Amino acid sequence: MNLQDYQGVYVFVQQVDNKITGVSFELIGKARELAAAMETEVTAVLLGSNVSALCDELAAFGADKIVMVDNEALEPYSTEPYAHAMTAVIEKYKPAVVLYGATAIGRDLAPRVSARVRTGLTADCTKLEVDPETKGLRMTRPAFGGNLMATILCPEHRPQMATVRPGVMQKIKPMKDAKAVVDKFDVDFTPNHNYVEVTEVIKKVSNKIDIQDAKILVSGGRGVGCPENFKLLRDLADALGGEVSSSRACVDAGWAEKDIQVGQTGKTVRPNLYIACGISGAIQHLAGMEESDVIIAINKDENAPIFEVADYGIVGDLTKILPVFTEKVKEAMAARQNG
Amino acid sequence: MNIVVCIKQVPNTNEVKLDPVKGTLIRDGVPSIMNPDDKAGLEAALRLKDSMGAHVTVVSMGPLQADAVLREAMAMGADDAYLISDRAFGGADTLATSTTIAAAIKKLPYDLIITGRQAIDGDTAQVGPQIAEHLNIPNVSYAEDIQVEGDTVTVKRQYEDRYHTVKVKMPCLITALSELNQPRYMTPGGIFDAYREKTVTTWTVNDIEVDMDKIGLKGSPTRVFQSFPKSLKAAGTVVTLDGEEAADYMLEKLREKFII
Repeated sequence: MNLQDYQGVYVFVQQVDNKITGVSFELIGKARELAAAMETEVTAVLLGSNVSALCDELAAFGADKIVMVDNEALEPYSTEPYAHAMTAVIEKYKPAVVLYGATAIGRDLAPRVSARVRTGLTADCTKLEVDPETKGLRMTRPAFGGNLMATILCPEHRPQMATVRPGVMQKIKPMKDAKAVVDKFDVDFTPNHNYVEVTEVIKKVSNKIDIQDAKILVSGGRGVGCPENFKLLRDLADALGGEVSSSRACVDAGWAEKDIQVGQTGKTVRPNLYIACGISGAIQHLAGMEESDVIIAINKDENAPIFEVADYGIVGDLTKILPVFTEKVKEAMAARQNG
Repeated sequence: MNIVVCIKQVPNTNEVKLDPVKGTLIRDGVPSIMNPDDKAGLEAALRLKDSMGAHVTVVSMGPLQADAVLREAMAMGADDAYLISDRAFGGADTLATSTTIAAAIKKLPYDLIITGRQAIDGDTAQVGPQIAEHLNIPNVSYAEDIQVEGDTVTVKRQYEDRYHTVKVKMPCLITALSELNQPRYMTPGGIFDAYREKTVTTWTVNDIEVDMDKIGLKGSPTRVFQSFPKSLKAAGTVVTLDGEEAADYMLEKLREKFII
């Protein structure tokens, strides 16, 4: 393999129901930094059916080029046609780097593609850098349940592939009227024994805001005590204009839904304000929230590890503190509106 | 029906602690367990065996100590067990690991292969889909429910905001979520059988047909450049306050930070 034949930073664009998943914009944002360091361009790989309308949005978020495979075999997502299309793109365009979101789609597609083209794949990266000398990609990820960080290289194989956790990288501010060169790439999809049949698509009904989009999170752990006390968190979140999230302990106990879980096996969040209520701060939880701008922790146990990452820690009883605080926040908000 | 379940022995990462002074991992005394997603996959296989009859084979790649999780699997009800163990497999990344396991599975009869979604020590979720690719069979990841009828497996496939009902023809590979079920306990009779009546067959590199360039460290495209304990950000202020005082303190801090 001649490594020099492989050029460019490529991003697999995940779309569901013809709506681009947020992590894809985050990856394009990161790809711009990497491409600048490698002196190359950012290409978005857009796979789907009737997806051409999405190209402008990809350009606005920083894609220089778009490779589009538009075929009804790509709706809805299933492993084989997507792996086939990605492999065809890699074989034709020979990218140096391919990034995928570490989502339920990306974590299925990327390993299948890596085995097909026989290259390395680093999972769930939280940091990507370019080696200043070799121009190779340094991929850093948590291991041992978040206890250890490892930096991985893929020195002799191309493309260098990584999945990246949603919420970790930052998208750029969209550039108005930006245009990208669109290359429509026709791939033949002849069904074979690896094709499966999707007979039903059941969407989970949810009116809730995704906790990854919330600017303020009020998060509860085992120390909340009982599911009823989550009401105290909800009240505070409402007063602050934020959302409620939770630790794994509460999800396991059935007090909270899985989709609001923060941490290694839940979501990574980086809100402006994270208020940890009764969360002890297992390393798996910290992995999902320590990048928050401001962290306030309330816990009865002064030795709780959450205090090691909190900007402001309060040793006290959250059931006494939260109702008073919520009232004071409401007053402050009302005063500001009237003022 | 022949079901092969891939299981991994992992350190219980919930019990791994950091040495607060040296900043290194304290691995001594950390118990080894059967990886939780794999255990759910095994339970799913055993339920299919209970309901419709199946031969359940468990396969693990790892050091000789991994014998323990294979015995545990047999004590839960698996019929036979294979340990893929050789120094030649050492240092393998996911691609080399999946290549090795796929080569071993090729020697076994299989209709359905079940792996866990991911192992708690690596969290990659790669080995299952990669095994399927090496065997050139379809895979369905993130299964929350598995039903078998005739030669077709129906899977409730989880996504962040939805499910797909997927029908897939055997032979195929499914990756299981720990949400799939509550794994059964070993029975006393099962434990007795697993250690006294049943055997774990160990396969070395000589027992499988595999390209030596595609296994172990040599067959691994990725390299660990460095590893380091996670650095936590500097701790802030901790105060002991209750009720009114605490509320005032927080309000003051939010104002200082221009959050409200």
